[in-house]
Amino acid sequence: MPENKDYKVIGTRPIRHDGVDKVTGRALYGADFQMAGLLHGRVLRSPHAHARIISIDTSRAEALPGVKGVVTAKDLPDAGDKVADLGEGAVNLKHLCDNILASDKVLYKGHAVAAVAATNPHIAEEACTRIDVEYEVLPSVLEVRQAMEPDAPLLHEHLKTTSLGETAEEPSNVASHIQHKLGDPEKGFAEADVIIEREFITGTVHQGYIEPHNATAHYNPDGQLTIWCSTQGAFTVREQVAEILQYPISKIKVVPMEIGGGFGGKISVYIKPVAALLAKKTGKPVKVLMNRADVFEGTGPTPASFIRVKMGATKEGKITAAQGYLAFEAGAYPGSPVGPGAMCIFAPYSIENVIIDGYDVVVNKPKTAPYRAPGAPNAAFGSETVLDEIAEHLKIDPLEIRLMNGAKEGDRRADGPVHPRIGFIETVEAAKAHPHYTAPNGKKHHGRGVASGYWFNIGLESSVTINVNADGTINLVEGSTDIGGTRASIAMQAAEVLGIPAESVNPSVVDTNSVGYTAVTGGSRTTYATGYAAYEAAQEVKRKMITRAAKLWEVDEANVQFADGEFSCINGKEAQISFRDLCARLGETGGPVVGSGTVNPGGAGGAYATHVVDVVVDEETGKVDILRYTAVQDAGKAIHPSYVEGQIQGGAVQGIGWALNEEYIYNAEGEMTNASFLDYRMPTCLDLPMIDAVIVEVPNPGHPYGVRGVGEVPIVPPMAAIANAIYDAIGVRMTELPMSPDRLLKAMGKI
Amino acid sequence: MRDFSYIAANTIPEAVALLDEKGESARILAGGTDLIVQVREARRDVDWIIDIKSIPEVNALDYNADTGLTLGAAAECYKIYADDAVCNAYPGLIDATKIIGGTAIQGRAAVGGNLCNASPAADGIPPLIVLNATCVIAGPNGEREVPVEQFCTAPGQTVLKNGEMLVSIKIPAPESNSSSFYLRFIPRNEMDIAVVGAGASVVLDDAKQTIVSARIALAAVAPTPLYAEEASALLAGQEVSDEAIDAAAEAAKAIARPISDMRGTVEQRTHLVGVLTRRALNGAIERVREAT
Repeated sequence: MPENKDYKVIGTRPIRHDGVDKVTGRALYGADFQMAGLLHGRVLRSPHAHARIISIDTSRAEALPGVKGVVTAKDLPDAGDKVADLGEGAVNLKHLCDNILASDKVLYKGHAVAAVAATNPHIAEEACTRIDVEYEVLPSVLEVRQAMEPDAPLLHEHLKTTSLGETAEEPSNVASHIQHKLGDPEKGFAEADVIIEREFITGTVHQGYIEPHNATAHYNPDGQLTIWCSTQGAFTVREQVAEILQYPISKIKVVPMEIGGGFGGKISVYIKPVAALLAKKTGKPVKVLMNRADVFEGTGPTPASFIRVKMGATKEGKITAAQGYLAFEAGAYPGSPVGPGAMCIFAPYSIENVIIDGYDVVVNKPKTAPYRAPGAPNAAFGSETVLDEIAEHLKIDPLEIRLMNGAKEGDRRADGPVHPRIGFIETVEAAKAHPHYTAPNGKKHHGRGVASGYWFNIGLESSVTINVNADGTINLVEGSTDIGGTRASIAMQAAEVLGIPAESVNPSVVDTNSVGYTAVTGGSRTTYATGYAAYEAAQEVKRKMITRAAKLWEVDEANVQFADGEFSCINGKEAQISFRDLCARLGETGGPVVGSGTVNPGGAGGAYATHVVDVVVDEETGKVDILRYTAVQDAGKAIHPSYVEGQIQGGAVQGIGWALNEEYIYNAEGEMTNASFLDYRMPTCLDLPMIDAVIVEVPNPGHPYGVRGVGEVPIVPPMAAIANAIYDAIGVRMTELPMSPDRLLKAMGKI
Repeated sequence: MRDFSYIAANTIPEAVALLDEKGESARILAGGTDLIVQVREARRDVDWIIDIKSIPEVNALDYNADTGLTLGAAAECYKIYADDAVCNAYPGLIDATKIIGGTAIQGRAAVGGNLCNASPAADGIPPLIVLNATCVIAGPNGEREVPVEQFCTAPGQTVLKNGEMLVSIKIPAPESNSSSFYLRFIPRNEMDIAVVGAGASVVLDDAKQTIVSARIALAAVAPTPLYAEEASALLAGQEVSDEAIDAAAEAAKAIARPISDMRGTVEQRTHLVGVLTRRALNGAIERVREAT
C-alpha cells in the first residue's frame, strides 16, 4: 500500500534537470548527431497505394557521383514465416521486415522501397529519383468497412481471419475478431426503458510529434553496431533491429538521443534498420532523417475506425446493458489497437451485461502505431456520445448519470479484470463541483459538453542504478527516454527515499549497454514503473548507508534509524550524521555505495478522466471554437504536479485537434493530400483556451507512493465532450470525426 | 534540394536582361517565402535565382493622398502595415498583409510576390482587385500596365512574358466615403491557406446610406482570384440593406467555380462565398460609417 505521510519532495515543483539544456538549445537530438566520414541516407517511397513490385533497377543511382550505396529489401535477411518475439507480443517477421523495405508489394503510398547513402543529403535525394522501380498497380482499399467486404482487394494473399481461436479458410483483410462478454446482454436490453444505438466514424490521425524520425548507424570493424536515434525505448529498438537484421542483441548498442515528442509513434522502427543496412553496405556511418511528409506517409498514425454503440438504461438512469462493435483500420499490416479499444470502451461504468466485438482490418494506409491511449479515444467517442444522449432522453444531468453508474473497486471490466481502488467517481465529483460546470452558458450557439474516459496503464520492466557521490548527491542511471519530464519525476522518488532535495539527484538516460533492461516510455508507465525502480534502488542505497553508519558508530544496524535525511543511533550511544556527511565517509567505511532496482510491477492502476468543455459554433461557417476547457484526472499521486498538468493539457489539446480538424485526407488514387502541417490541421495556440487541469489523487495501491500513469487518459474524453457541447450549442449530433466546418455545415443542412 | 545559381540585380534593366537571357529557368527572388519552399520541395525547377531586393524601385512604398500608392513589388508586408497613412487609406489591403503567414514571414513576404506566385488562394490579390490596383511591368520592350484582375491566368501562371518582371503596384487614392475589407475562412485561427477569401470595397454617398459603387473579389474559388463584376454592379445606386447585400452575395456565388480538395469541398466553398461576401461588404460599410 502507498505510504501515507507528508512528503518532502513528492508533490513539489522543482525545475527539471534537463531544463537548462533544452531552453538554451544545447540538448542534443538525433538530427544534431555528427561524426567523421558521415554519409547521408534517403529513402525512396512508393508513389502507389497498392502495387506489385516487378523490378527495381538501382544502377543509374549507383552511377551518380557521391552515391556510396543503395539498398533494397534484398539486403534484408530472408524473413520466411518466422514470428518475431518482441517481448510485448509476437509479430510476423515478414510483415515487420516488409514495412522497413517492401519486398514483393507496396501496400501504401509512402511505403519504403529502397534507400541511398551519399556524401550529402542533396545527392541522396537526387539518387532516389534515379532508382527505376517497375510497378504493377493494383486496386486499393482505404476504408475499413469496404476492406471487410468479401470482394474487396486483398492486401495479403495469406492473411486469414482468426476469430475466437478459429482460423478461417479463405483469405481476408480481416486479420482478427475478438469478443468480450459479460452477463446476459439480451436480458439487459430487455430490462431497459430507453435504448440508444448509433454509428460513428473516426478519421486517421497522426501523433504529430514535432521532431521527425532520425537514425545514425555505424558498424565497427569488429561487427559492433551502434545506432544513435530518437526513440521511446532504446531496448525495443535493439530488439526490433536484431530481429529484422537477424543480428545478436549483444552486438547492437542503441544510444537514445533527446526526443522531440513521440506519443507512441516512436516505438516502431522505420529508418533505424535502413541506416544500419546502409552503414553495413558502405562501411561508413550513415544518418537518415525523415521530413514531415515522410513522417505522415511512412510512419504509423492511429487508425480510422467504424464504431457502433448500443446502450440501454432504466428510466431512473441505471445502465442495464451495453454493446460495442469496433472495426479498426490496422493499416498495411495487422495490429490495430482494437484490443485496447475493446478493453476501455465501457470501463468507466459498472454494467452487468456487456458484449463487445472488435475487428482488426488491413487497408492500404501506413501500418498504424500506438498513439496516446491507443484505441480508447475512438471507442469513447461512441460510448460517451451515446451515454450523453441517454442522459438527455431521461432528463438526467450528464455528470449525475455517470455518478449513478460509475465503476468502483471490485467491479469487473467486460474483458475480465476486476478494478482495484480506482478514482473515477472522484473525477466526476470534482468536475461537478468545479465552477466551470455551473458557470452561465446560455448564449446563442454556445454549448457545454462533458465526457469521461479510461485507460488501463501498464507496468513492464524497468531498471535503475544509483551511484552515491561523496558530496551527498546521487547519480541516477535510467533507461527511460524522457518525453514529459520523467527525469524529474523519477529523480524525485529517489530523493524522497533518501531525504535529499530533487536537485541533489543527477539523472541520466543512457544507452542499452549501460543500464538494465527497460521497456519503452509508453503506456503511461515511466513515472510509475521506472519511478518504482528508482524507489527500490534508493531503498538499497538507504540499507547500505545504514550499514555504513552502523560501522562508523560500531553499533548493530538495528540501532541505526534513518529519517528526514538524517541517520541517528537509537540505542546505546548518542550519534547523528546526515546523508550528505555520511556520503563523504564512504571510503573509510567500505568503499562506494551503489544501489540498483529492477521491477516488473503488475499494479499499474487504471486512470480516469472527466472533461468539461464550452464551445461556440459559427452557424454560417460551421467553425467551432473552444471557449473554456476543464480536464479533471485521477493521478493517484502527482509526483511533480506541473508535469502532470502538462500531460493533462497536452492530451486534451491533441484530443481537441482530433475532434475538430485533424485527419488524413485521401484522393481517389489513395494518396494522402495533406501530408504537411499546413493542411494536416493540428490546433495552434490561437485555437485553444488555457486548459484548466484539475488533479484528483486517489492513490494507486500498486505503487509505493500511489502513482498512476497520467500521460494517456487525457486524450480519451475530448472528442465526445466536444461532440456533446456542439449538440448543446446547435442541436445537431455529430457522429463523424473530425467535426470539421464542412461536416458541421452538412449536418446543419446548410450545404 | 537541387543546385541553383544566385545573382543579385541592382537595376531594373539588369534584372530584365538577366530574365531575358535565362528564360524559363530563371525566377525572381523577393521575399522568397514561396520560392524557396517550392525549390526545396522540388515543386519548381529553377536554375537561376535573381534577387531584386537591392533595386530601389521594387522597394517603393510611396503614398500620396492625391495620387495614391506606389507599392514596390518587393515591399514587405510589415512595412505596409507599419505605415499609418496606408493603413488609413486601404484597410482591406492591411487585413491581408496581417494574415499572410506569421509575423516572421510578414517580415519577408511581399504583396508583389503574393501576386506573382499567382495562387488562386492568395490573400493579397482580392484586396488589390477591389482597390482597382494596376500592375506596372518592366520588360525588354519597356514598361506596360495591367489591371490586377487580369494579371493571373491560371494557378501559378501570370501575364508576365519572358524577360518581364513586376516592378510595382499602383493603387488609386481612395475616394471620400469609401473603405475596404478582406477576410478569409480557415478552419483554424492561424496557419492555414484560405478555403475561401473575399474582399470588398465600397463608396457610399455623403449620408452613408446609399452605395455609390462597390467592388467584390474572391479567392480560392476558381483557377485565379476573381473580380465579381456582376455582383459588384448590382450594388451601385442601392441603399444599404440586407436585401441588396444578399443579392450581391448570391451573384458572387454564381461565378464561383471551386474544386474539392484537402482544404474544402465545392459545396462548402460555394456556400462560404455567400457568407464571406456579406461579411466583407458589411465590414467595408461599417468602416465607412465609423470614419469621422
